[in-house]
Amino acid sequence: MERPLERPEIVEITKSVDEAEGIKTIFLKSDIKAKPGQFVMVWIPRLDEKPFAISYSNKGTSGALINPTGEIGITVAAVGPFSNKLYAMNPGEKVGVRGPYGTTYRLEGKKIVMVGGGYGSASLTMLAEEALQQGIKVKFILGARTKSRLVYAEQIKKLIGTENLIITTDDGSAGMKGLVTDALKQLLHKEKIDKIFACGPDKMLKAVADIGSAAHVKGEVSMERWFKCGGMGICGHCCVDPIGIRLCVEGPVIDFETAAKITELGEYHRLKSSRKEKI
Amino acid sequence: MAKADVSTKILNVKLANPTILASGIVGISGAACCYAAKNGAGAVIPKSIGPREREGHNNPILVEFKGGFLNAVGLPNAGIDNSLGEIEFAMKNAGVPVIPSIFGGTKEEFGMVAEKMATLKPQLIEVNLSCPNTASDLGEAFALNADTAAEVIRIVKSEIKIPVIAKLAPNVPSIKRIAKAVEEAGADAISAINTMPGMVIDVKTAKPVLHNKQGGVSGHAIKPIAVNCVYDIYEAVKIPIIGIGGVTTGEDAVEMIMAGAVAVEIGTAIYYRGIDVFRKVTAEVKQFMEENGYNKISDMTGIAHE
Repeated sequence: MERPLERPEIVEITKSVDEAEGIKTIFLKSDIKAKPGQFVMVWIPRLDEKPFAISYSNKGTSGALINPTGEIGITVAAVGPFSNKLYAMNPGEKVGVRGPYGTTYRLEGKKIVMVGGGYGSASLTMLAEEALQQGIKVKFILGARTKSRLVYAEQIKKLIGTENLIITTDDGSAGMKGLVTDALKQLLHKEKIDKIFACGPDKMLKAVADIGSAAHVKGEVSMERWFKCGGMGICGHCCVDPIGIRLCVEGPVIDFETAAKITELGEYHRLKSSRKEKI
Repeated sequence: MAKADVSTKILNVKLANPTILASGIVGISGAACCYAAKNGAGAVIPKSIGPREREGHNNPILVEFKGGFLNAVGLPNAGIDNSLGEIEFAMKNAGVPVIPSIFGGTKEEFGMVAEKMATLKPQLIEVNLSCPNTASDLGEAFALNADTAAEVIRIVKSEIKIPVIAKLAPNVPSIKRIAKAVEEAGADAISAINTMPGMVIDVKTAKPVLHNKQGGVSGHAIKPIAVNCVYDIYEAVKIPIIGIGGVTTGEDAVEMIMAGAVAVEIGTAIYYRGIDVFRKVTAEVKQFMEENGYNKISDMTGIAHE
């Protein structure tokens, strides 16, 4: 079959669902088939194009259960000019989308734990669902700064049961007061976990990878950097120090061993110009 | 069958193979350059570095059409002062020659950046006279005019002792004239070509896809243009030529070499064949040479003129 050209397809926004303060799931009419962990590039003409993790996928490996309607869902947190514009767009309006790109999470073992920080949990919900289909037990540690910023808690509860969801907030307004990493340490101490999957802020990913490695538990993290060509692997803007791999091709999902080699994880990232900025 | 030697030389700089990571592709950092080297590049050219920090254009910066890609990245870079560490990292760790690429908005800026870059003592410096995507703020590319191209080279050469490669643009009435002018101005080698101006419009939204609207065409579509330019330049000058434009396979590289190149730069083919395209192209060049009785790269350079 001929490969489609690398360019955005113009699609309609079908639905927009409020998830938390400043965070929405936006559904696009698209037949893109993605696996958990992969991302798409979303284009608003004359503005910009940005990467988004897929939080709901149609006809993919798993998404059909909760999303049988021929759509993909992306989680949009209104943080900058582009995401604010996308956040404010209504059903019926159109954007460009291309993908999917990047590596996927690889399920293994009998019991796994997901660690989602903030809207980073977006790419993990789809994975949790696939894990359940394969008969893998799932624990989910979901963290946010405060209760109003928690996303997907209800969906995850429905999926894996209240007893398997551990909520943490920095201010204690929901669940346990503290960080997801505190909850992870406790869990690894109590239960035998075969693999850890994490998505969230850089420092959290670094801490999760360190905790997992110290406990001799395998795992994967989904790392984010500035994407320009986004998935085509040509511009190099997402190459990470010092190993140089391209996060849009060899990532965004990387295993703990690779994460341990990336010295910039949790330390710095590159701005639009490529200049380094401390995290 | 005789073992073919795929090593080559640009002036006195020896390359284990004739594939070079083209400037503007992947080489955003020292680590990124090393990654290309690890995947078989015989030399690497980091992304062009200018006098000060530049963000480049908004996305999309790259879009495909049938036969190639169109890009307008807009020379993002951290500025020469913030970039020396990256180049130094590449020079220390790549294990292959690192050829910094420089640009400026004015002739004097080229000189200033060259002087600072020269403190690292690279073996060669590529002077990017030909970015097609920065006209809105940097003005028309220097390589479009023989006098301005020559003037930049003269200024750079007056600032540094390191041999310079002038990178030329294809969209000129006579690339021979430009090539001669930069040679007379002191350029030690020429790389050709940069991308060719182009546009892709999304018909559903009636908007150019690239944020910069216009971009530079790369990939398969520009290969015959590039081969033609290298062929012309070879007739016009004595200095070595590095061929760039659509090189994707070993046969493409051989074609460029037969037109007159001593080495080739590879960029877009990383998309088509993966980051290890350098290793693949090198193996294919070697196989071609062995099957066709060529012992070394110089046996093929320019033989299409005979």
